[in-house]
Amino acid sequence: MTSVETGASVALTQLYLTMARIRAFEAKAMDLFAEKYIRGSVHPYTGEEAVAVGVCAALRPEDYITSTHRGHGHCIAKGLELRPMMAEITGRATGYCRGRGGSMHITAMRHGMLGADAIVAGSLAMAAGAAYGLQLQGKDAVVVAFFGDGGAQQGIFHEAANLAAVLDAPVIFVCENNQWAISTPISCAIRIENIADRAAGYGFPGEVVDGNDVLAVRDVAARAVERARRGEGPTLIEAKTYRITPHSAATPTDNRAPDELSYWRERDPIVRFGRELVEAGHASPERLEELDRQAGEEVEDAAEWALASPYPDAAAAEEDVYAPADWLTPGRLA
Amino acid sequence: MAELTLLEAVNDCFHTELERDESVIVMGEDVGRAGGVFRATAGLRDRFGPDRCVDTPLAEAGILGTAVGLCMAGWRPVCEMQYDAFSYPCLDQLITHVGRYRWRTGGAMAFPLTIRMPYGGGVRAPELHDDSPETYYVHTPGVKVAIPSTAADAKGLLAAAIRDPDPVVVLEPKLHYRTLRGHVPEGEYVVPLGRARLAREGSDLTIVAYGSMVPLAERAADELAQEASVEVLDVRTLKPLDEEALLASAGKTGRVVIVQEAPRTCGYAAELAAILAEKAMLDLRGPVLRVTGYDVPYPYWQIEDAYMPSVARVLDAARKLLEF
Repeated sequence: MTSVETGASVALTQLYLTMARIRAFEAKAMDLFAEKYIRGSVHPYTGEEAVAVGVCAALRPEDYITSTHRGHGHCIAKGLELRPMMAEITGRATGYCRGRGGSMHITAMRHGMLGADAIVAGSLAMAAGAAYGLQLQGKDAVVVAFFGDGGAQQGIFHEAANLAAVLDAPVIFVCENNQWAISTPISCAIRIENIADRAAGYGFPGEVVDGNDVLAVRDVAARAVERARRGEGPTLIEAKTYRITPHSAATPTDNRAPDELSYWRERDPIVRFGRELVEAGHASPERLEELDRQAGEEVEDAAEWALASPYPDAAAAEEDVYAPADWLTPGRLA
Repeated sequence: MAELTLLEAVNDCFHTELERDESVIVMGEDVGRAGGVFRATAGLRDRFGPDRCVDTPLAEAGILGTAVGLCMAGWRPVCEMQYDAFSYPCLDQLITHVGRYRWRTGGAMAFPLTIRMPYGGGVRAPELHDDSPETYYVHTPGVKVAIPSTAADAKGLLAAAIRDPDPVVVLEPKLHYRTLRGHVPEGEYVVPLGRARLAREGSDLTIVAYGSMVPLAERAADELAQEASVEVLDVRTLKPLDEEALLASAGKTGRVVIVQEAPRTCGYAAELAAILAEKAMLDLRGPVLRVTGYDVPYPYWQIEDAYMPSVARVLDAARKLLEF
């Protein structure tokens, strides 16, 4: 400890630590993929950490999120534990979904994580439904649906946004515009500058935010969350950001211009936030290094724990397709 | 015991189940103010309020996706798809979420939702209002499928679907919505999923059918009365199938004709025939024959009678088999 941290500093350095955790987690996941401990793919959230961390900083533990194929960052920001996450990604029986979901389908109801989904925009309608369901129960919890610029082009985005609007569902649609759908630039996918402008078509607010500025994201999310809690319905937030790694471990080719990459690397949200913390006197450079080291150690521990866990039994694959005969409990979110 | 049409039995079921369980929500296009285009949900909005009978925008995928989320929040949604073919957009959510989520979460989450829709032809409707899409649903792991053929089963199977802890698709034969009447028990009435109904007992030949093909099978059995003793097995639940009842009937008669309105290739009849080939070979006295629709889009009204399985086609198949 190199300086005495005030309450505000603790909260801010916590945001830094969470971003560092995500960064370290993704680096480790890519290594484990290369070593074939992870099969299929991994879609790193590297460079986009400020979005998940900023948004989740505006949530309460009893709020919910849905996520995407690039979902590890959302999970970590929402407070999921690294060990069962890593176990899930490496296909182990000790994972959040007993090793059935893998990297793209982590679900953890007790942490308010309703599910990530390999289908682009796949969880938008269910997020609207869950939010509507919570509201019908008289709760003031909200649901955040993370999705990407690619997801904004899917038809279900329109249906989900419009349904959420007419149902006044307390859902916040957070579009992480990382500007590329694998190899297709956003300029080939839409004819408008801001995806957030589409909110006007549904009759709720749309806001654009710098997705590499964690505090700006937190503030815009907090406004949307309060709005939703007041029963005023959805908000669409477009966070402009960039993935500074390739699309996925399984598709390492990258056709993006080196100039563009270096432009965004210079705007790395973790480096930038770290610099701001130091300049404002919230943390010393040594403290940040310590947090980086801590994040790395937590991730190493999670990987070790995961790799020591057993694989699921193939014979158990037939379990849980249907409920056991005596299962009469409805959904578990209530 | 009331005498109701199949459609009135569906409506009776809704009134009973919404009264019984406050977590049941009906949602769909025109289900509230209009009471459904066929009137299946008539009176629900007035009686239970707009939060229990929700008029939605025209968005089948969105409706089903929203229902998935409602399950997460502890509700039991019942989604109406206005017509059989209108349900195709919802297959997106059904295949990618509804059927998988419980399994994927290791049983941690449950999806007690119901999708119901009028299905099938013979009513002089335009294209995309006459389809028999059961195979798409049956083929999706994690989903159950029921198709009633009587008014009592329309009530009892829908009640079972609503109470079931898993997603259930209920297809209702619109051909018989108003043309078929029957005794329906009053109050709570549940027909368990997974049990076939022996519509008629016989010893020489079994006609296996479901939904709107059951009354047709019974007419064929009547016409064959002088020639053979014909059993009619109403499958009722396509998934989980009452395999025991199928094999018992095949074992008894040794001759099976399966009638299915849907297009032929990979239809549900093919699955039944495969099960008989695997498990009843030594009981069979002849090949399993199928009477089905054709591998064409459901045709326009002026030629639809040529498409639909007819009593005459069932008789042809039955006589061929009896003479084998």
